[in-house]
Amino acid sequence: MRALRPALLALLIVLLLALPVLSEALRQPAAIGLATQVLIYAIAAMSLNLILGYGGMISFGHAAFFGIGGYVTGILYSHFAEHSAFLGLVPGTNDMLIVLPLAMLISGLMAAIIGAFCLRTNGVQFIMITLAFAQMLFFLFVSLKTYGGDDGLMMRRRDVLPFLDTRNDTNFYLVCLTLAGLWLAVTRGVVRSKFGLVLGGLRQNEQRMEAIGIAPYPYKLVAFIIAGMGAGLAGALMANYLRFVSPGMMNWTRSGDLMMMVILGGVGTLMGPLLGAAAFVILESWLTTLTENWQFPLGLLLLALVLFTNGGLAGLLDRLWGRTR
Amino acid sequence: MNGPPLLKVSGIAKRFDGLVATDHVSLEQNAGEVHALIGPNGAGKSTFVNLLCGSLRPDAGTIKLDGADIGHLSTVERVHRGLSRTFQMTQLLLDYSVLENVQLAVQSQAGHSFRFFKSARYDAKAMAAAMACLVRVGLCERAKVRVADLAQGERKQLELAIALAAKPRLLLLDEPMAGLSALDSQNMVALLQSLKTETTIFIVEHDMNAVFALADRISVLVNGRILMSGTAAEVKASDDVRRAYLGEGDV
Ligand SMILES: Nc1ncnc2c1ncn2[C@@H]1O[C@H](COP(=O)(O)OP(=O)(O)OP(=O)(O)O)[C@@H](O)[C@H]1O
Ligand SMILES: [Mg+2]
Repeated sequence: MRALRPALLALLIVLLLALPVLSEALRQPAAIGLATQVLIYAIAAMSLNLILGYGGMISFGHAAFFGIGGYVTGILYSHFAEHSAFLGLVPGTNDMLIVLPLAMLISGLMAAIIGAFCLRTNGVQFIMITLAFAQMLFFLFVSLKTYGGDDGLMMRRRDVLPFLDTRNDTNFYLVCLTLAGLWLAVTRGVVRSKFGLVLGGLRQNEQRMEAIGIAPYPYKLVAFIIAGMGAGLAGALMANYLRFVSPGMMNWTRSGDLMMMVILGGVGTLMGPLLGAAAFVILESWLTTLTENWQFPLGLLLLALVLFTNGGLAGLLDRLWGRTR
Repeated sequence: MNGPPLLKVSGIAKRFDGLVATDHVSLEQNAGEVHALIGPNGAGKSTFVNLLCGSLRPDAGTIKLDGADIGHLSTVERVHRGLSRTFQMTQLLLDYSVLENVQLAVQSQAGHSFRFFKSARYDAKAMAAAMACLVRVGLCERAKVRVADLAQGERKQLELAIALAAKPRLLLLDEPMAGLSALDSQNMVALLQSLKTETTIFIVEHDMNAVFALADRISVLVNGRILMSGTAAEVKASDDVRRAYLGEGDV
């Protein structure tokens, strides 16, 4: 049955590529938007999975980097729109080819600073301190009236790309699909590399790793930075998708959502975050059409899924199609 | 032998709250010598090993390797100076295969691991070196097995394979025979015999047959203090040692 897995993967890729055509044929125009959100959250969840699933670092503040990516986008856009400059120095821009790399760079820098502090702790302390840093940033942006404070920042248009009209939802979906595919490839490469072998070892037993001469801290910090960059990319895409950023992007509930996606999909698996993001976004949008109080049933459903899938959706699929034993 | 001893420990002490676990222990070991540390349960043998390799910080005393003070160095730095250890309670990467556990130690020896895109599996040299360590301890047929599925005895063998992968100048073994079958114990003694020519071994062990077969010099630790140090014959003949092992007031 193992042979089915490449076929399944091929089917998934075909489906994702054909989705714009399918959604039109089936008269489900909302599907594109939903799928775009799934892909964006998948990038954020994949990046969290690198540290949480592979590295065993339970960060409860990952949405901070998602939010920073979003705000880099929003702030650059607002200066572009007002023909002003950030701190009077850096001019704004709406060029996606500049915005996305810059969002990743700045999220990565913030991850380096925050990680440098947080990674000196372990266990529950680490969970709490990552949460604390994220909430600090949340309140910083709430109080930052220049950039909308509580209300956030609107973008009149999406950032632009040469040769491709990003205002077209199908085009923007394809951009997100490409980037999600690339991020998946990067993750796959990293977890299989020597660095990835070390990272997984650190999750399992730090004492053992020290005893063979590997100091945990620098490896964990680099993983934390890579994860921050991934979340920053996702945040920049989300800002473009919604044409809106707000402090809510980095609230602790958003960190919880990302964690939920990872756990739901399957901790420490490559495809898990994608599956988890899909399940989360689709369940959420379905439940919001049914009831105003959608959080509670969503929580129950997720809890049931986690309890009964044992190893998340990826684990479930594995047992259905993949592994014998 | 000329020059400083390979290992020179002077007046090292460690206290846990009220308990004195290591009470100003001094000890020397020359390169090529097998030094055994024996003593009753709770004597402080593992604590002493932890002090040597840096997982515990001493309250007093110095540790010198080849004349250089290593007391202020981290565990990681000591490993790269040639100090490698095994754990009494095995510390292994349970989700990884036997081979991957050794491969990581080889990888660490070869330099840093900030290599992000080439699959770790494609380092044929590292794989071969790791495999060679497994062959030595007799685990090569189990290379692909997940460590979580290994028997206790096999885990002990793997501990040794990992320690060897670091190509240590001084190998610290904390009860390598514990949990091994009689046959595996014999094999382990033979293996350690064969290692004598390439590294220096400091061994903590309860199995007296193994100790007498291997050790050039034996130190007896009781309540954190070295009771005596000598050859196998001297230790066997000592009344103090017999008393320490059989309990007070017995003679
Ligand atoms: N981290 C620690 N904190 C407090 N007490 C400790 C700690 N480690 C060891 N001890 C105590 O120090 C004493 C020496 O322990 P140690 O493990 O070194 O003994 P040992 O000689 O290795 O014994 P065994 O033969 O059972 O392995 C024991 O009384 C133990 O309870
Ligand atoms: Mg012990």
